Amino acid sequence: MTLREMAAALELTIVSDTAALDQPLAGGYVSDLLSHVMGQAKAGQVWVTMQGHQNIVAVASLVGLGAVIVTSGVEPEEQTVNKAIEQEVALCMTKLPTYEVAGRLYQLDTAGK
Amino acid sequence: MPEEPGLILEFPLEHYRFEIAGEASSKIKQVVRQLGVNAQTARRISVCAYEAELNAIIHAYGGFMRVRVLPDRTELEVTDAGPGIPDIEAAMREGFSTAPDNIREMGFGAGMGLPNMARSADEFEIRSSPENGTWIRMLVRH
Repeated sequence: MTLREMAAALELTIVSDTAALDQPLAGGYVSDLLSHVMGQAKAGQVWVTMQGHQNIVAVASLVGLGAVIVTSGVEPEEQTVNKAIEQEVALCMTKLPTYEVAGRLYQLDTAGK
Repeated sequence: MPEEPGLILEFPLEHYRFEIAGEASSKIKQVVRQLGVNAQTARRISVCAYEAELNAIIHAYGGFMRVRVLPDRTELEVTDAGPGIPDIEAAMREGFSTAPDNIREMGFGAGMGLPNMARSADEFEIRSSPENGTWIRMLVRH
């Protein structure tokens, strides 16, 4: 699964426009609690969250996450977008709720396996 | 005995400065990776640094982090002059949190900070009192 494929299947808008579209992504992690992501998400995974504030970028960058999807129509703050571009974190948003995003992501991720 | 050589990094941590939260940890991760520390170990160091950084920002009215990177290990020492932790045993339990609602709404205050640090470090020591604030020392072997 690549960012390009995921963006199409999950109706995503990629808001950090420097993101590498063909980078491989593997698996996902769903949580709105930053310490759970910090402690348990794995490098290369896609993080699905409703948090749109700038600290999600620090967490994504420290964990080495493949991409972050902000769901349910929450708009990431301007500083969040700027930081994502600066730290080369692939930041996406969608109007779909977290449940829908997680379901589609799981199908897409496991389809090729 | 003279102190072993090593690379020392020092960071002041400022109360409620969420806009720069994680910057110290990012810098530390970058430095240890440049020094050849593997990705998995760098991740453990990052978790220790990040949780300590956030705790100081949220609970302790700020503090200070000193990191020493040696060939075989990284040591992190975090001090603050905050209110201290009344019950350390409770604070070490996953899910125990004293963070206010506005902080929890941001996804902080899950009660995972100290447990994450203790799990990620090879050595973890904590001392705390209302008079002297909190002192944490962590060691991660490379």
